[in-house]
Amino acid sequence: MYAQLVKTDSDRVRGLDEMSAEERAFQERIDRGEKIEPKEWMPEGYRKTLIRQIGQHAHSEIVGQLPEGNWITRAPTLERKAILLAKVQDEAGHGLYLYCAAETLGVSRDELIELLHAGKMKYSSIFNYPTLTWADIGAVGWLVDGAAIMNQVPLQRTSFGPYSRAMIRICKEESFHQRQGYDIMMKMAKGSPAQKAMAQDALNRFWYPALMMFGPSDKDSVHSAQSMAWKIKINTNDELRQKFVDQTVPQAHYLGLTVPDPDLKWNEEKGGYDFSEPDWSEFFDVIAGNGPCNTERLNARVKAWEDGRWFREALVAHADKRAAARIAAE
Amino acid sequence: MATAATPSVNDALVEFLLRTGDNTLILGHRISEWCGHSPVLEEDIALANSALDLIGQTQLWLGLAGEIEGKGRTADNLAYLRDAAEFRNALLVERPNGDFGFTLMRQFLFDAWHFELLTALTQSKDPRIAEIAAKSLKEVSYHIERSADLIVRLGDGTAESHKRMQDALDQLWSYTGELFIGDAYDDVLAEAGIAPHPASLKDKWLAVVSRTLSEATLKIPSSTFMHKGGKRGIHTEHLGFILAEMQFLQRAYPGATW
Repeated sequence: MYAQLVKTDSDRVRGLDEMSAEERAFQERIDRGEKIEPKEWMPEGYRKTLIRQIGQHAHSEIVGQLPEGNWITRAPTLERKAILLAKVQDEAGHGLYLYCAAETLGVSRDELIELLHAGKMKYSSIFNYPTLTWADIGAVGWLVDGAAIMNQVPLQRTSFGPYSRAMIRICKEESFHQRQGYDIMMKMAKGSPAQKAMAQDALNRFWYPALMMFGPSDKDSVHSAQSMAWKIKINTNDELRQKFVDQTVPQAHYLGLTVPDPDLKWNEEKGGYDFSEPDWSEFFDVIAGNGPCNTERLNARVKAWEDGRWFREALVAHADKRAAARIAAE
Repeated sequence: MATAATPSVNDALVEFLLRTGDNTLILGHRISEWCGHSPVLEEDIALANSALDLIGQTQLWLGLAGEIEGKGRTADNLAYLRDAAEFRNALLVERPNGDFGFTLMRQFLFDAWHFELLTALTQSKDPRIAEIAAKSLKEVSYHIERSADLIVRLGDGTAESHKRMQDALDQLWSYTGELFIGDAYDDVLAEAGIAPHPASLKDKWLAVVSRTLSEATLKIPSSTFMHKGGKRGIHTEHLGFILAEMQFLQRAYPGATW
């Protein structure tokens, strides 16, 4: 899940009878499953929450280029290099669609980027973990993209039209990414003892951070309840996490790898696995900026932006010159 | 000076394919270093896309080199298991990225040459080469359109961008001469109608480059000194580091399947 702990500005979810006529009409449209389009009336809280959520999602795509980009120059074969390049290029493309979706809500891409750089907006906690071996590239595709898909598939039905349409495009590519990640894991898990050890180590390090991607339990969260009422969140964090574990554990078994959870157990009655919670204190440390790579990730983005300022200014200056020349010629 | 025997067409072909594939491999590597670090999202996408094209072309060129060589080496073997002295890329493509303007200037000077080379190769008497060239040319036509456009916009942008682009041109110009110097292998392939002689590409290249640079308000340096050596395996210090990084997994885990 690329958006975590998104606030809604509400202290509780109000009933239809407590709403103004406009709000009630809006909520009824959502309840009927209609899509909300950018120029239509929407409550300010809905707009702001969506900007936070879509912005956080876009930032995650962009920052997410870094841990994967870390291995492009070291990819072990030309084919793996090409696949990884294509994947990272897709992530940048996802960022672009999402920033565009956010722009329809009245916030520019540059404003969102400045907020990220100022530490006022977040990106997914997962990208603050390092990719230490090639198997980590497999684990990121398999687990991180796998967890993202869990969240994004339902978001294709989200109430805000541009976000929903961006999700439909993104989901197509993400499922390809997940398969590629799993394919890397297969090769490693069935490879030499050293490769298998690398694959196990990657699973050990990414398992709990992947579970954290869904965020802490939100069954009592007013923000989640409001977001669900607005259909910009479709499932609770716990539902999605359970689904992810149920899907992923058999995949790990197929690879011959061990999920690093001694308490993992099939529960016949609920038809799902019982599993250990991640260490939420670690999650909150990472969110607060104290993950293994927070500083590097943000510094890398800020540096790219600052170093590129002259480039962006030059393109604008050139466009202005051209426009002035055109006007003079008319 | 001793005169070397005329190389066979086969040897000349392998040499030529290594040169062509190594150029795309090393330049693809260099621009992939930008992934996630470029000035704006559209550039991240465009550069990753160009790198992807170049790596795809590498697979074809080096694959054919291995096939014609006949020693059972695959494109991956050639990319990952040769040392620097066996690489045949031009020095231009191994120049470190520098700032984004430097990267684009390097790309432009290369693209303009690459475009002329591939255009000529589509007429190769060797159908395998003509086919790869035709496929690559579609991609490279876009590369040159994009890099030439950016050179103009940045050269004729702000005072700062103009200075950065002129500095890049001044530093890179002396690495362009090597692209047009032929040797015995080139003579053999030109004679056989398989590949153009490098010298034959120069006028067209210079015409495109001069026109673009002039539109960009940039000046071609007056110095005519040119570095060379890449085609013969004598590289700059930078290539060793590129290979140390690129070949790490294949070297550290010999024989593993990925």
